[in-house]
Amino acid sequence: MKITEKEVRYVADLGNLRLTAEEIVRFAHDLDEILTHIDKLNEVDTDGVEPMAQVLYETGESETLRADVERATLTNEEALANAPLSGAGCYKVPLVIER
Amino acid sequence: MNVATVTIDQIREGLSSREFSASELARQALQFAQAENPKTNALLTLSPERALASARRVDEQIAAGEPLGALAGVPVAVKDVIVTKDLRTTCGSKLLEHYIPPYDATAIVRLEQAGGVIIGKANCDEFAMGSSNENSAFGPVRNPLALDRVPGGSSGGPAASVAQGTAVVSLGSDTGGSIRQPASFCGIVGVTPTYGRVSRYGLTAFASSLDHIGPFARNVKDAATVLHVMAGRDPHDSTSAAAPVPDYAAMLDGKVAGMKIGLPKQYFQEVASETGDLVHKGVEALQKLGCEIREVSLPNTEHAIACYYIIATAEASSNLARFDGVRYTSRSTDSPTLIDMYRNTRGEGFGAECKRRIMLGTYVLSAGYYDAYYVKAQKVRALIARDFSEAFKQVDAIITPVSPFPAFKLGEKLNDPMQMYLSDIYTITGSLAGIPCMSVPCGNTADGLPVGMQILTKHFDEANMFRLAAAYEHTRQI
Repeated sequence: MKITEKEVRYVADLGNLRLTAEEIVRFAHDLDEILTHIDKLNEVDTDGVEPMAQVLYETGESETLRADVERATLTNEEALANAPLSGAGCYKVPLVIER
Repeated sequence: MNVATVTIDQIREGLSSREFSASELARQALQFAQAENPKTNALLTLSPERALASARRVDEQIAAGEPLGALAGVPVAVKDVIVTKDLRTTCGSKLLEHYIPPYDATAIVRLEQAGGVIIGKANCDEFAMGSSNENSAFGPVRNPLALDRVPGGSSGGPAASVAQGTAVVSLGSDTGGSIRQPASFCGIVGVTPTYGRVSRYGLTAFASSLDHIGPFARNVKDAATVLHVMAGRDPHDSTSAAAPVPDYAAMLDGKVAGMKIGLPKQYFQEVASETGDLVHKGVEALQKLGCEIREVSLPNTEHAIACYYIIATAEASSNLARFDGVRYTSRSTDSPTLIDMYRNTRGEGFGAECKRRIMLGTYVLSAGYYDAYYVKAQKVRALIARDFSEAFKQVDAIITPVSPFPAFKLGEKLNDPMQMYLSDIYTITGSLAGIPCMSVPCGNTADGLPVGMQILTKHFDEANMFRLAAAYEHTRQI
């Protein structure tokens, strides 16, 4: 086994996902299968290879930077329009810190 | 004029000669969609007001004798992961069932400036994660050519709408094959341009280093026209490229004699025999036009799936963190604390495939595994990209199958995620390298299921990709 149900619960907490007991069993199985396949990467010799984080192509050094000028952004009302709960110009959420 | 078969050129001719108006065409498209869409579920939302307003602007331009945009009057469907101002954008997710974006994606702005008429938003796998369009919270899409089969994914809706005729062209997104595979399953043209060729501003992020917007169309020229409209630098996306955008559609001159085409031996080993035969026939047709065919090697191909499913899920786990019940999604009720609210909202809101990928991505980025998985995958990605740049020293283009098999039956692969992932093998490599790739129809199996041939070229060499595709397409019409 590459991953235990205990680890699945730990990763679900990291990813902020409430999983059902069934899902935990299912994902332990699925992730195990995928991680076993992924292990094949260890066969590849990558000594001295630079990690590729982004697709790169020839371009001028500052070509991808825009001018540093102010520009319009969403209004407060627009930004809050889709929020499930808002008020006084803010997003409202459940209790964060106990008094 | 029949909206289900008309091309961009024919629309332009019809508008110029006053055979029909843009408003008439838009109304016909909307009526056709209303009547036919229930068969496939390709479109989730119709946008009659927006479509008719766009069409009216085109008609006013015609009346005033003003020059028309490249997409004047063309009915377009847009994958529901691309945001449209004041028009519901669900990403195929229950979490965004009621989300109304406050802005338009850059691709949408450019499309409408060119006269495009957005008739609706197209179904897709939830947050573009899937290869069959069975992961949509709003029900699967059916393949218009065989209703018991999938249209492919994740852009199943945009592909099916063009194949069915409810849109003339459509926009999809592609992270590991999500445009090319559904194009091949639905017998139409689908294009994934060079990474950075089209701005990602307003494309809901799945895997930022791999995400692309690209067009679907019924022929190569229409796809080339749509890409030309959307492509080019956008200050809203720092990864969008400043490279000049040629008029691709004007370069479909049939001059392919002498072009060198590489066939990577690794791509024909596990393909279904009928699919492989049809692709080989396509290559033979290009050989008859004077193309030179040689074998090339892309030795790291076998590692692409593992590499992709690490990088894509790692980026996805980070990108999907924003769907948390605070700003745009629905929220789970009765959660006493903030952290409970996050977990309940996401646990209830995401479908199984999204959860699976968030889990995998979170795992490979977690303490102790980052170097072993994520950094290792990035190194292998560099090797896969290098394979292509080495091959392109010898050839102008590479041709492969798009999918190992044609459209499969609904439900057939749903319970085996690993099998579903493995089916992406031929499209994932081009995505990882960030090069332009497209699917062009190359015939049907004995069962009448379409097969796509993939053409790949160097970074920013969309022109030669389209040139080859159009020359090939022409051989099938005569």
